[in-house]
Amino acid sequence: MTLKPVNQKAWLLILPVVLCVAFSAILPLMTVVNYSVQDIISPERRVFVGTDWFKSVMRDDDLLEALIRQIGYSLAVLIVEIPLGIGLALSMPAKGWKSSAVLVLVAISLLIPWNVVGTIWQIYGRTDIGLFGAALAKLGIDYSYTGNARDAWLTVLVMDVWHWTPLVALLCYAGLRAIPDAYYQAASIDGATKFAVFRYIQLPKLRGVLMIAVLLRFMDSFMIYTEPFVLTGGGPGNATTFLSQYLTQKAVGQFDLGPAAAFSLIYFLIILLLCFILYNWMQRVGTADKTEAGHE
Amino acid sequence: MARIDLDLAHAYRPNPQSDEDYALLPLKMSFIDSGAYALLGPSGCGKTTLLNIVSGLVKPSQGHVKYDGVDVTARTPQQRNIAQVFQFPVIYDTMTVAENLAFPLRNRGVPAEKIKQRVGRIAEMLEMSRQLDMRAANLAADAKQKISLGRGLVREDVSAVLFDEPLTVIDPHLKWQLRRKLKQIHHELKLTLIYVTHDQVEALTFADEVVVMTRGRAVQIGSASQLFERPAHTFVGHFIGSPGMNFLPASVAKGAPAGATKLGVRPEYVTLTAPNAEGSVSATVTQVQDIGTYGLVTARLAAGGALIRARLGNAQRMPAVGDAVWLAVVGAHTCYYKDEELVA
Repeated sequence: MTLKPVNQKAWLLILPVVLCVAFSAILPLMTVVNYSVQDIISPERRVFVGTDWFKSVMRDDDLLEALIRQIGYSLAVLIVEIPLGIGLALSMPAKGWKSSAVLVLVAISLLIPWNVVGTIWQIYGRTDIGLFGAALAKLGIDYSYTGNARDAWLTVLVMDVWHWTPLVALLCYAGLRAIPDAYYQAASIDGATKFAVFRYIQLPKLRGVLMIAVLLRFMDSFMIYTEPFVLTGGGPGNATTFLSQYLTQKAVGQFDLGPAAAFSLIYFLIILLLCFILYNWMQRVGTADKTEAGHE
Repeated sequence: MARIDLDLAHAYRPNPQSDEDYALLPLKMSFIDSGAYALLGPSGCGKTTLLNIVSGLVKPSQGHVKYDGVDVTARTPQQRNIAQVFQFPVIYDTMTVAENLAFPLRNRGVPAEKIKQRVGRIAEMLEMSRQLDMRAANLAADAKQKISLGRGLVREDVSAVLFDEPLTVIDPHLKWQLRRKLKQIHHELKLTLIYVTHDQVEALTFADEVVVMTRGRAVQIGSASQLFERPAHTFVGHFIGSPGMNFLPASVAKGAPAGATKLGVRPEYVTLTAPNAEGSVSATVTQVQDIGTYGLVTARLAAGGALIRARLGNAQRMPAVGDAVWLAVVGAHTCYYKDEELVA
């Protein structure tokens, strides 16, 4: 029970924020909602179509393919980047100038803008002038990210691993440094093997940062657009056309505003759902850690 | 179980020049088999460094560590077969209490039947039998620390069990209980125990022998009564006892040994006496405190102005502030010091 006097004036204080959010998020979103329920034939002529666009979008085979491709890609990103990031963090030096030097080196790829990353790999992967592509060609491997669907998909994956594994590594590195020395000393006195130290000390203590890493990487890769757009333009065929690119093609390329709007709402809901899970997950980990700290 | 001999010095930085560079000045000491020892001293005196050298977590920069006459300086804690309990609870979050206790045994390939028996025994000793199947991460700090203690005690064949201020995080009433438990375990298991603490009560009640340390030096090794009656160094006099020993210029005593500069007397042995009595000094009372079971009188000496404290029994008549009193300071319990070291 609260005995505080009720004072609703404080609502006025959040009015500026409400206005900002309205102009930057809610109104544009409402425009999309508006498009999603109308057939816009010309700027002057429009017809209300209800949920027709949603229905047709749900039955769109190309879209379904893009969604499956997207989920497969995001899972592949996680399967590669998380273990690799942990491994990298474990092998990074803990102290001294070496650790600073390694941290800077590892962080470099995180500082490069997305479209530049795409361009770098576009050149890197070329068989005539790119180091990577030419090296593969010299080894007698028939590699072409522009001609071969599998090569293109793998190149986009490797590019993402190159770009974002350092983030996972840095998160894990921070998590590892937060483990008190006493744990390692106790483990050495208990006669634990290196693997047991990893399994019973490092991995459980990394749980929190790993959860953040997993969700960040999942969401980011789920929205990937720029790099594959620059590198392969979604090709060859549709091999690297992920959801956001498909959406752009529909909206800006073909000017199918209705279906594009309907689909962006669905996309938005998927991401909102993931955000919701992320938020709750982190919240729960936070409170669990807090009660643990409260005991100590 | 083993006899441990130390003859070493340690500096964390390379090429130590002066005494200040050393975490531990050269020292030589032995811990006999199945003894209970305490390393006592203020923060930063080197007691944890010494403990970590014994366990093998730190390699001494000079000298060696011997277990039963065998040089183990280069060996790891695991090879030395040491158990150590740290200041803050270390538990394996994903395991249950039983799995935590079994961990040191399982790593050494002890048969499952034996593990079960040992874990059961230790859990019983620590009164944790009912929590064995709980996840260790969900327990309170003192229960976690009990698990840490248990992991230290679960192996029967350890050379020694080392404790690094293990009761810091424990509530006061549980502290007593756990300390008694440790003492009892020492009697039952006959392990060599070395216990680091900055709490004199803890050290004096736990250990047969107490090593008093200050600034990287072990200034005295002795039983509680030796430390109390004959402090070998003025630091021991100050540090042990509540309040610590009084130190006065040796000139106040007529029979002081030649060369002695300081005279030390415990507040417990300072008594009120008749004016001009043999071995007494004249002083003015500056403060009187009633501590319940005794009265603590602080007085300023007429000659030299040094402060002296006396613990007087409740039965005695308490002087008032401002009173001129005569205090007996020279007697059987008086110690003399030269350069901070005991001379007589």
